[in-house]
Amino acid sequence: MVRAGPIILAAALALELYGIGASLYGARTGKAQWADSGRRAVYGIAILLTIAFGILELAFLRSDFSVKVVAEHSSTTTPPFYRVAAAWSAQEGSLLLWVWLLSLWSSLMLFLSRRSMRALAAYAQAVLLGFAAFFTGLTLFLANPFAIQSPAPTEGVGLNPLLRHPSMMIHPPMLYSGYTLFAVPFAFAAAALVTRRLDAEWVRSIRRFALAAWLLLGLGVLLGARWSYAELGWGGYWGWDPVENASLMPWLTGTALLHSIQVQEKRGALKAWNASLALGTGILAVLGTFLVRSGILDSIHAFGASTLGGPFLAFIAVLLVGSVVLVASRREDLRSKARLDSLVSRETAFLVNNLVLVGLAFVIFWGTFFPLISEAVTGTKQTVGPPWFDRYTTPLALVLVLLSGIGPALAWGRTSRSRLRGIFALPAAAALVALVGLALAGALSRDPAASAIFCVAAFALGSVVQEIWRGTRARRALSGETALVALTSLLRRNRRRYGGYVVHVGFVLLLVGVAASSAFQHASDVRLAPGQSARVGGYDVRYVGPTSSMDAAKVSLGAVLDVSSHGRHVATLTPSRDYYTSLDEHQFGRIGRFFEGDSTSELGLRSGIGRDIWTAVQPDLTPVARYIRDANRRFPDANSSLEGFLVKTIVARYMRSAPAAQFRLIVSPLVAWIWIGGVIAVGGAMIAIWPAPSAARRRAPAVAPAPLPSD
Amino acid sequence: MDPGRKRRIRLIAFLSAAVLLAGALVYTTFAGASSAKTPTQLLRTADAGSSYQLTGIVANGSLRRARDSLSFRVRDRAGRASVPVRYSGAVPDPFREGREIIVTVHKAGDGFVGERDSLVTKCPSKFKAARGS
Repeated sequence: MVRAGPIILAAALALELYGIGASLYGARTGKAQWADSGRRAVYGIAILLTIAFGILELAFLRSDFSVKVVAEHSSTTTPPFYRVAAAWSAQEGSLLLWVWLLSLWSSLMLFLSRRSMRALAAYAQAVLLGFAAFFTGLTLFLANPFAIQSPAPTEGVGLNPLLRHPSMMIHPPMLYSGYTLFAVPFAFAAAALVTRRLDAEWVRSIRRFALAAWLLLGLGVLLGARWSYAELGWGGYWGWDPVENASLMPWLTGTALLHSIQVQEKRGALKAWNASLALGTGILAVLGTFLVRSGILDSIHAFGASTLGGPFLAFIAVLLVGSVVLVASRREDLRSKARLDSLVSRETAFLVNNLVLVGLAFVIFWGTFFPLISEAVTGTKQTVGPPWFDRYTTPLALVLVLLSGIGPALAWGRTSRSRLRGIFALPAAAALVALVGLALAGALSRDPAASAIFCVAAFALGSVVQEIWRGTRARRALSGETALVALTSLLRRNRRRYGGYVVHVGFVLLLVGVAASSAFQHASDVRLAPGQSARVGGYDVRYVGPTSSMDAAKVSLGAVLDVSSHGRHVATLTPSRDYYTSLDEHQFGRIGRFFEGDSTSELGLRSGIGRDIWTAVQPDLTPVARYIRDANRRFPDANSSLEGFLVKTIVARYMRSAPAAQFRLIVSPLVAWIWIGGVIAVGGAMIAIWPAPSAARRRAPAVAPAPLPSD
Repeated sequence: MDPGRKRRIRLIAFLSAAVLLAGALVYTTFAGASSAKTPTQLLRTADAGSSYQLTGIVANGSLRRARDSLSFRVRDRAGRASVPVRYSGAVPDPFREGREIIVTVHKAGDGFVGERDSLVTKCPSKFKAARGS
């Protein structure tokens, strides 16, 4: 069955090329049946790629080691759950996942717009098919997931232990969904430019898809941060790593797009800006995929050197040049008649928010690509670290939080000065209370930047809560409903608006968590023997004793930690380190491979609304090293039961000698609010994305399909 | 003020802000960046006081753990030249001998001292399995 894989991919590629031709021909001649045929080609590709991805998944589930990627990324001891995820731990599999998701999202978009916007859709589907053809071509010619090897090995290498985390199941598909969904705004912006239909139509059509892309990409980033916090053993959630940055850049420009398209819808302004932003976001999404896959920048995600750099670079160049040419050649059509009436208006707030978001994306772009820029300019590769990023992103984030409170309160058009006082009295008071509180607590002098974030956060929360309360009150006055019913129907009837406000609340809380946990964190790296204790952030942490456990895949050595504060017991934490058995007995020896393969941290974590107590352990194997060496030498051909016995004996010796272990202890205030804020923001986005009941009814099918204009 | 002039002023204000930001970006990156170096390059030239991004492989058998720091040697990706590094702070899970790392260091005496929490270990794409043995 696996042998059918490349044939299916080839058929998909052929169909993609046909679809591009048919769509363009249909669009140019106005022959609707050709454009329809092109659209059906997209559905066909979605079906073909679903089959192809299914075949690959089946090979992983059945541990078919004659397939090269299966042997290199999975094993019989890999649990089925992780075998599914192992498919996208491989470059070949992840590219197939990319194009498969793209085909699904494209089909959905084209299906929903099959009766409207036919003039746009024909060109848009040609662009989407172009994306698909590029990625299908990659999987067919350069990174074939269906490559066969013979003889087939009896056992596979297994999924990298670092990737054995439930997040592996959702983090990559989420990110890739976000990336591929941003191809839809790109395609429709390009189509609008080609056809010069630059009114609000294309903007309205992609709104929900842009929001879905933004939501899934954001969720992917958030999951990645959580994963890093819980798994990588360093206690951070963001490291300004190139690949993290690559996913943040399209998210930021996507956020800008979600705001600026409202200005085009409501006021008919910012046409050129919106088209450029949609195109730029699409390109950044491809750039993100490129960064992960090329290994061009040093990152923990760059999974080895890859040969795909050239084709990707060429593809990005085509997208970039095409976009610039399109926008430049349509600049007359992009000129909008609408002008900003007043500086004190919602559109001005959105415009400033856009500039800040794009500025932020640019700063991150510059810092991320600086190694390449500096190499080109000075000849030496230079890098900038997290402090450099923090210096620029902190003030910009501050402005963003402030705007998230100002924007919703201002009206479109202009807001009178007398109204301003009424709108901002309460939020300003909230900020003032926060300021006084922080000054009294001594936080103001300890970290002014974080304190500033707290103050503007109080302002923004005050403003958004006031807006929601105002709306609820107005509804109550109209309908006489109870407060809760009024609030619910307010949210239901104005999903987009109030969903957006909920997102603001979540986002502000998230940034409060980021500011607090980075400014007021206590971290300590200590070496403790059983019985010894260390003090971190007002807590006493005592190493009570070692722990151990074993199963088929790993040996686990850990510690029992007793956490107390002022003599009062707070928590018992049991961090451990899992040593995954390596297949490489050449390097580590028959027994050594049980202890010297890859290892991961299992945290001892106590999460709370106020603070997290985070602990990780690095056991010291030096005292048993000679037993391991001894066993390697004396039993080079041990069978599995002898191996089991020897490993058990060595673990027992470790437990008896109970040597000092290295601990990383972190007390991090408010870090839980990052995840709480994230969940609230996701909830808000879901509210905004859900079709309003009235709109769902309005979307009755048109009696006759709209005619395609001929060019 | 007539609207055309107002718009021009806004545009100029915006453009100057953008130019200022861009200038600050260029200046701070070129002034504050640390150069990426291989062990061989560091052995040839390393000034006390400047920091470098050292990229290389943790030499086999060189790792020592002390009470609150690690000592190891970093060697060239392809080659034998190596420099000693003392490091304290967060150690990522994949860190081990034979792995490729990136760490920010400055010269101290004969060796190099790693900046706290600056150690990055590259994810191995897979276990290097020696099959058929």
